[in-house]
Amino acid sequence: MSILQKHAVLEKNVTLLAIFAFLVVTIGGLVQIVPLFYLENTIEDVEGMRPYTPLELAGREVYLREGCYVCHSQMIRPMRDEVERYGHYSLAVESKYDHPFQWGSKRTGPDLARVGGRYSDEWHVDHLRNPQSVVPESVMPKYGFLEAKLIEGTYIGDLMSTNRMVGVPYSDEMIEAAQADFLAQADPDSDYDGLLERYGENVNVRNFDGAPGVSEADALIAYLQMLGTLVDFSTFTPDASR
Amino acid sequence: MSNNKKNDDLDYETTGHEWDGIQEYNKPLPKWWLWTFYACIVWAIGYTIAYPAWPGISGATPGLLGFSTRGNVEKAITDHEAELGPINDKLASVELTAIADDQELLQYANNAGGAVFRTWCAQCHGSGAAGAKGYPNLLDDDWLWGGSIEAIHETVSHGIRNEVDDMARWSQMPAFGRDELLVEEEVVQVVNYVMQLSGQEPRDPAAAEAGAEVYDINCSGCHMEDGTGDRFQGAPNLTDRIWLYGGDFDSLYQTVYNSRFGVMPPMGGADLTEAEIRAVSVYVHGLGGGEASEE
Repeated sequence: MSILQKHAVLEKNVTLLAIFAFLVVTIGGLVQIVPLFYLENTIEDVEGMRPYTPLELAGREVYLREGCYVCHSQMIRPMRDEVERYGHYSLAVESKYDHPFQWGSKRTGPDLARVGGRYSDEWHVDHLRNPQSVVPESVMPKYGFLEAKLIEGTYIGDLMSTNRMVGVPYSDEMIEAAQADFLAQADPDSDYDGLLERYGENVNVRNFDGAPGVSEADALIAYLQMLGTLVDFSTFTPDASR
Repeated sequence: MSNNKKNDDLDYETTGHEWDGIQEYNKPLPKWWLWTFYACIVWAIGYTIAYPAWPGISGATPGLLGFSTRGNVEKAITDHEAELGPINDKLASVELTAIADDQELLQYANNAGGAVFRTWCAQCHGSGAAGAKGYPNLLDDDWLWGGSIEAIHETVSHGIRNEVDDMARWSQMPAFGRDELLVEEEVVQVVNYVMQLSGQEPRDPAAAEAGAEVYDINCSGCHMEDGTGDRFQGAPNLTDRIWLYGGDFDSLYQTVYNSRFGVMPPMGGADLTEAEIRAVSVYVHGLGGGEASEE
């Protein structure tokens, strides 16, 4: 029996076949996945990345809950047309605090990876309320109800603790001040020095939806307005081996 | 069928299985299939040599062809920029008013500007530039901050009332009602007066008359005594019946009571190059409302 006939042994024993099939798939998986954990060029070395502020994190939850990812990707691919339309291609490091990431695979609407700062807060309010009022050809549903739902960030500290369990570097201080920071970011008249101290000077502190109280629209717009704005690309040089 | 001669002529082994007298041949795979399979294996090995593949300690093997996704996109962009470099340089360096005199440059700016407009401006001003409530129509000759090529260029570069660009155009109408600068009655009066100014039938002619004085004291500083507005401050012309937020009583009341104004992000800096900003300025200037430059 030549070596090419040896597979008959596996094919005639279902348990052996299962064991060896599992081994082969395991090896393939290990070779593909494990290097990503230790290779140094997987995650780029850039300046500016920070965890989401409590309000932005709440906005991200709204984004997930409403299924925005079904139509919007957050992943600018390295192609000239995408870079010209959306901005610098996305880096792996930009989703390192995303659990789960929002890269997406389908674009009914445009990519949102760098939507931050691209439109005014007022535009976002108008657009969420009635997308067709500003983009007549849009097929996006209306999200005006987000403005009516006021939130207080009661559980945002818990959410941050959960994120810390999977590796987001929230400090004890951040989690303790979570609700205060949550409310401060949507109120430019508040004392938000602590918020800026904890998360950096580039945090947007505004009344995002222009209405009193912190609504889900405030949170969502705070999240959208920081998307893709963190990394300082003037200090970024792409690794040639990517 | 079990006596099929054709089968008996072939000298295949059986698998050794037998069910009710039926035996299973152990036939080899078709040759074409087998060789395709081997070819795929060889191809896969060659592929991992030619392209980045095998992980090592500090990085993956780069591959003999030197393929790099990020390198490719960078090359695509630099090649494109090199191709358009001369005309972009020219566009970015000539006098703004001179662009219109150079047919080739004007045509390029209009086409490139149209592409920029549809990518960066259409979301607010509409893909046809007709605007929407709260977002100015760029097709008409009613301009808030000026319709000359220089004025449009400045607006596009620095934006309006944003906190990102120090040179953004800035003005802010007070919230006359909310901040209690005017009492309820005065707001109603001045709204009636503004309706009259724009040639509409005021809701209450007597109030409109009283509103003239309120207007004079509170509004004429920016909107001018005759209501024609002041582009230096971005104060809209109130006499032309072109409204950003609506010209009926209720809309005007809202505007006077709470104050309304738009915000435009700056397109200069990281987002667009000077040539792109100039191109889109030329495009907007050419949409229909563009005004001649002041000498």
